[in-house]
Amino acid sequence: MSQTQLTPGMGAGEMTVTGVAKGFGLGPLHKQVLCDCSFTLEKGKLTVLIGPSGCGKSTLVNVLAGYEAPDAGSVLLDGKPVCEPGPDRLVVFQETALFPWMTTYENVSYGPRVQRKMPEAEFRRETMKLLDLVGLRDFKDKYPSQLSGGMQRRAELVRAMINQPKVMLMDEPFRGLDAMTRALMQEYYVRLFEEHRGTNLFVTSELEEAIFLADKLLILTNRPARVKKVIEVDLPRPREFAMLTSKAYQDCKMEALELLHEEAMKSFAAGAVNAADFLEACSQMGQDQAVPSCKEGPGEETRQ
Amino acid sequence: MATASSQQFNWVKFRKSVFSLTTGRGIASIIIFTILWEICSRLGVPIIGNVPPPSAVLAALGKQLVSPAYWMSWLDSFVRILTGFAIAQVLGIPLGLLLGVNRTARELIYPIFEIMRPIPPLAWVPIAVIFWPTTELSMMFVTFLGAFFTVVLNIVGGASSIDLRYIRAAHSLGSSRSDIFWRVMLPATLPSIVVGMTVGMGITWAVVVAAEMIASRSGLGFLTWRAYVAGEYPLIIIGMMSIGIAGYVSSALIRMIGSRLTPWLRTF
Repeated sequence: MSQTQLTPGMGAGEMTVTGVAKGFGLGPLHKQVLCDCSFTLEKGKLTVLIGPSGCGKSTLVNVLAGYEAPDAGSVLLDGKPVCEPGPDRLVVFQETALFPWMTTYENVSYGPRVQRKMPEAEFRRETMKLLDLVGLRDFKDKYPSQLSGGMQRRAELVRAMINQPKVMLMDEPFRGLDAMTRALMQEYYVRLFEEHRGTNLFVTSELEEAIFLADKLLILTNRPARVKKVIEVDLPRPREFAMLTSKAYQDCKMEALELLHEEAMKSFAAGAVNAADFLEACSQMGQDQAVPSCKEGPGEETRQ
Repeated sequence: MATASSQQFNWVKFRKSVFSLTTGRGIASIIIFTILWEICSRLGVPIIGNVPPPSAVLAALGKQLVSPAYWMSWLDSFVRILTGFAIAQVLGIPLGLLLGVNRTARELIYPIFEIMRPIPPLAWVPIAVIFWPTTELSMMFVTFLGAFFTVVLNIVGGASSIDLRYIRAAHSLGSSRSDIFWRVMLPATLPSIVVGMTVGMGITWAVVVAAEMIASRSGLGFLTWRAYVAGEYPLIIIGMMSIGIAGYVSSALIRMIGSRLTPWLRTF
């Protein structure tokens, strides 16, 4: 892969988010989703955003992508304000957004085709190279409906990557995949990242996934969301699944779990969200985190 | 290549589907229906006894099949259908897309549609006859109306319910406005266009037959009506069956064109 055009560090940009606020609805129906959100996506780093479900992660991604303007604050990419969507910040969505009427090949080559900056022969070569990389060469003439969930995610990943975006925004891209496929996708993704070293923001509500992938972990609070804590993940790269048993990984997980748990407790105490939301938040903190253990206090769930 | 092999005609599959149990049962069902009809008709079972038996229909059919007048009825009806239908597509598809994509246009034009839409196409027959200099044109106009509203409404529905994710993805990937229209909105609306065409074709036949009975002196609808007036009962049945076959053939054609236009829906 070293001979590809996507050389390490290329197409990496720094994104600075300062005091971003965003709300929806008018008058008494107004809901503040983001409030004073500030952080930096460092050049060539993989930043993972984690927070309770429904806390506004997708809204934040929409603001960064330029689909929605913030009510206050600023989003800068390499010093320039972000005001509309563009190929320098690409989003991979929660659900597949591959165009159903295009084949895999047409989908992946869509960006270069409409940007008209690359001659056809060149982007054809580039598309095939990327399809090879994610094992989709034999499926290039299939429509998305003929691909499995995991294949769709891979196709979507390379559809974004071919444009060499400065920042990749991954909005819970592996949600809804079965556990095996999910683990496989994480490996694919981490390998692609380690080879290309672009700036990445990865949104998830799964802690294991978050730590496995991250250089830096941003933990969000409940709605209105802001950054509660930034945790540097000092695990060596390349990452392997064997690391999930290491001490450094466990320490990191414990710290994050405690913070997430605190948020869940807060929302419960405030009665801001109903019990169902609370249960969901708890279940997302880890499988062995049943409701009773949450009630026993913050010290309890560090036992894993 | 994968596409080449999938487009090649698969004879084994074709033979299997032709000589299958499903086909056999279909043929059996038609034969049994015909026999029952013949028996009921001969025994003089109430109501069915008034209908000429299949044997009489077949006997009359022989005469019709060699009669140029019979085939002229087919031709006349088909010309009306195709002209009305084609104009409905040519005007309806762009208009539907415009209304689906452009909010100002939708808000300005759609209310008129809402008022006109519930009027059954046949209610237009008298005014159409007054409007147009020839009966032929008024027939085509009524046929056109039958398909037009369905086509436009389907497309507006399809175009305004395009998943926002596709538009967003296309924006992000650097599409110009025309790229978004031609490469995203149009293909995303194509399935609704095809549905509009299929439904429109069905309505078109219903409309043209009734209109021919009311106001025309030719066509399959007129043939059936004249047979009734003249008391040639077997001919009524022939007319009805001809209309059925003609409708089936046109729908099959539209379906074929539709599945060509939307290859991604064909596969799973």
